[in-house]
Amino acid sequence: MYEFDYRRAASVEDAVAALRASGEAKILAGGMTLLPTCKMRLARPSQLVDLGRLQGLKGIEIGDADVTIRAMTRHADVAASAELRRALPALAGLAAGIGDAQVRNRGTIGGSVANNDPAADYPSACLGLAATIVTDRREIAADDFFQGLFQTALAEDEIIVAIRFPRPVAAAYEKFKNPASRYATVGVFVARSASGVRVAVTGASENGVFRATAIEAALQGSFTPDAAATIRVPSKGLASDFHGSADYRAHLIPVLAARAVQTCLSQA
Amino acid sequence: MQSVTLTINGKPVTAEVEGRTLLVKLLRETLGMTGTHVGCDTTQCGACTVLFNGDAVKSCTILAVQADGGDVTTIEGVATGEELHPVQEAFRTHHGLQCGFCTPGMVMRAIDLLAKNPRPTEEEIRHEMEGNLCRCTGYHNIVAAVQAASGQTPIGH
Repeated sequence: MYEFDYRRAASVEDAVAALRASGEAKILAGGMTLLPTCKMRLARPSQLVDLGRLQGLKGIEIGDADVTIRAMTRHADVAASAELRRALPALAGLAAGIGDAQVRNRGTIGGSVANNDPAADYPSACLGLAATIVTDRREIAADDFFQGLFQTALAEDEIIVAIRFPRPVAAAYEKFKNPASRYATVGVFVARSASGVRVAVTGASENGVFRATAIEAALQGSFTPDAAATIRVPSKGLASDFHGSADYRAHLIPVLAARAVQTCLSQA
Repeated sequence: MQSVTLTINGKPVTAEVEGRTLLVKLLRETLGMTGTHVGCDTTQCGACTVLFNGDAVKSCTILAVQADGGDVTTIEGVATGEELHPVQEAFRTHHGLQCGFCTPGMVMRAIDLLAKNPRPTEEEIRHEMEGNLCRCTGYHNIVAAVQAASGQTPIGH
């Protein structure tokens, strides 16, 4: 790692001030992406601003209409929450499948969403559930938040404080995981709510998480595994690498969507 | 440089570190506690696993300054005198190691797993131990050792 200053944020406002004071400062959440990136010398922050001691950024609140998870809540805490397993089991299950146990003991939802890795799990839940990203200054709809490969609507000095997920009628996440990293080769999040069906896909696109609108339309007509499975997804714009070709990923999307629909139906 | 104070294996330790000093570097190079191994240094292999405030973490991917004020348990801290920890004993009995390089991390991860899930199924053990790699591919006996340590009949017995 290159040298950097370490600053333990005293508050969210303090962290924002630190980002404003230096354009090369970076927020440190769980560090499960940022620290390996620094170790590879792929990033050279002047300062790491650690949110780790801000207790106000930790916790899960279950409301009648929605679930709010504060930004510094670890994947392990999301996975282990008995209340969340009842209220939104798809989200708890998603968290239980991120990385590995040691990563889940450090990594945070806010860090994952802010990073917007094209193969990360949480962005698909945010987009699939039409979540709201709550920052230190505003609220951003998931549809507006994810803007491409590692790109988000966050300003340079803006910090996520929580994610608010509307509670669906049913939801499920199916991941075809890379067996080494457990990142999604393809991951599909299906959510059915009073306002309709949403299908969000991670891992597949060169531009990060996206909605599979053709599958959404088919499921709107008939919420059955077959309705999803018969849709052919074009491979144009999908990622092609040694984990899988674009055609292979295109094939996986309706397959995983159908499995997720089956899981949704079994919840009813 | 800044000063950090941690409790390591029950004893308070104060050291001067840089912002970029990793917890594993503090353990191995500053404190000479070489039981915690570095296998990959890229957050994948889990050989450097220690308990931090009761949770298994990869000590190659946490800064010493992040751990300031916390409680760290390493492989050196789990036995009681000459008496091995039950997980260590199970690894010995069931030959849950071949070259032994990954073993400190495997043992620390298994201790964390069993503290939170005292009787895990074989599937749960395999899932929960995914963050620890054994390049000898000796997983079968590692799973057997974790089962035995949890008072269950090990696979293959």
